[in-house]
Amino acid sequence: MDPVLNSGDTAWMLISTALVILMTIPGVALFYGGLIRRENVLNTLFLSFITFAIVSVLWFVYGYDLAFGADIWGVLGTLTNPFFSGVLESGTLSTYAPTIPTALYAVFQMTFAAITVALISGAIVERMKFSAWLAFVPLWLTAVYIPIAHWVWGGGWLYQMGVLDFAGGMVVHLSSGVAALALVLLVGIRKNAKLLPHHLGYSVIGTGLLWFGWFGFNAGSALGATNLAISAMIVTNTSAAMGMLAWVLMDKLNTGKPTLLGALSGAVAGLATITPAAGYVNVTAAMIIGFVSAVICYYAVSHLKPLIGYDDALDVFGIHGMSGIIGTLAAGVFATPLINSTIKGGLIAGNPTQVGIQLIAIVSVVIYSFGVTYAIGWIINKTIGLRVEEDHEVQGLDLNLHEESGYRLS
Amino acid sequence: MKKIITIIRPDKLEDVKQALEDIGCHGMTVKEVKGRGIQLGITESYRGTDYKVDLLPKTQIEIVAKKEDVDSIVDAIVSSAQTGCIGDGKIFISPVEDVIRIRTGERGEKAI
Repeated sequence: MDPVLNSGDTAWMLISTALVILMTIPGVALFYGGLIRRENVLNTLFLSFITFAIVSVLWFVYGYDLAFGADIWGVLGTLTNPFFSGVLESGTLSTYAPTIPTALYAVFQMTFAAITVALISGAIVERMKFSAWLAFVPLWLTAVYIPIAHWVWGGGWLYQMGVLDFAGGMVVHLSSGVAALALVLLVGIRKNAKLLPHHLGYSVIGTGLLWFGWFGFNAGSALGATNLAISAMIVTNTSAAMGMLAWVLMDKLNTGKPTLLGALSGAVAGLATITPAAGYVNVTAAMIIGFVSAVICYYAVSHLKPLIGYDDALDVFGIHGMSGIIGTLAAGVFATPLINSTIKGGLIAGNPTQVGIQLIAIVSVVIYSFGVTYAIGWIINKTIGLRVEEDHEVQGLDLNLHEESGYRLS
Repeated sequence: MKKIITIIRPDKLEDVKQALEDIGCHGMTVKEVKGRGIQLGITESYRGTDYKVDLLPKTQIEIVAKKEDVDSIVDAIVSSAQTGCIGDGKIFISPVEDVIRIRTGERGEKAI
């Protein structure tokens, strides 16, 4: 590709960036906000918004450089432009996407970082101190997200091995899902761990915005207005639809009735699972991926979670973590050079070693994200404390932490 | 004088109000309440896991009426709130010692 600014590509990437912003605020915020007790609705929405704000600032202070700067030993990027100094002024084109400006690539990537951290909040809602979350966001962004983004996308050791992660199966979903698991083990189980959504209508709007925004997430990861973007958009939609249908089927078979929350969960599982494979697979593979994803995630949240006994409030590990694993493996199986000519393809295309690379990446990200998140959580717990006071948790966080009420009758 | 407390399905409120109006009963106090009957609520399923929800949203209507009007009020409520399914609600009737209209200071049946 010629290193010449292409206005079509630039326009599409500006739109994609805005679409991914819509996924976090208000997409994730509303999706999560509808699923908790009414006494915690503002705190839950707030976690997504404040996360977006913190990451938006830190990404340009040092985040982008450390994730996508010149590689140091395959581990981290180089901090050559702190505070993004000179990047906007120079107007250079991105080395990762030669037809769009570096600054546009950076802000597109910022939205990925923001939604990844915001996703984790779903696991610890209704019981974590707001101050502890404020400390967690920059620490996790710096110590977990940025290194993993560098390993996979920024020229790091997994990138050098040829790992396939089109739009963030490992970087976004697996890293946040595993982090959620580590954090809930430290924060502990809620006093009332029943998941009884107080306003499913919010979650419907949130999921709609996620689905819509995911086209920026996955088709935007083609980094241009290309055939690959169109292909990614189609397989993303197909997988989401198949995920929704499969979860509804699971509901029907297991409890006798289809549920709307189940349908939403299946769609999100389908979206998350196709993410790492979105730029590499065809529609048939997307159907299989969406179906398998919903079935496995269904069992993870309805059987595995109660069996192990952790309180992942909104199933961040059960849906995003599992989707990250399934999707990353699926990319290694179904990827084909017929869809994306820059790769050798996966198992079915005659490249079985790709599955091994994908497995190494999954294991590495799981161990790293879990270990470092646990360490961060442990430190915060010993200093600020992770858990709110018991009476605050029982009465709700909105009044006690923010002195606001989501619903006032008079 | 009697106080009639009736617990009904929230979606039956408009029907009950209309039935009471048709027999000339206008005064009432309405509350949104939660409660359960002998069947102990219902089961809801979220993400494949069943949860027992034993306090369901209901509507409570309080009416103070003359003793001789009680039967017609009860009949109006039963006929308008009844679906025949579990959860239709209940009516409780208790004596009232006195009623005072704050605006005028009137007491007894004149103040209803």
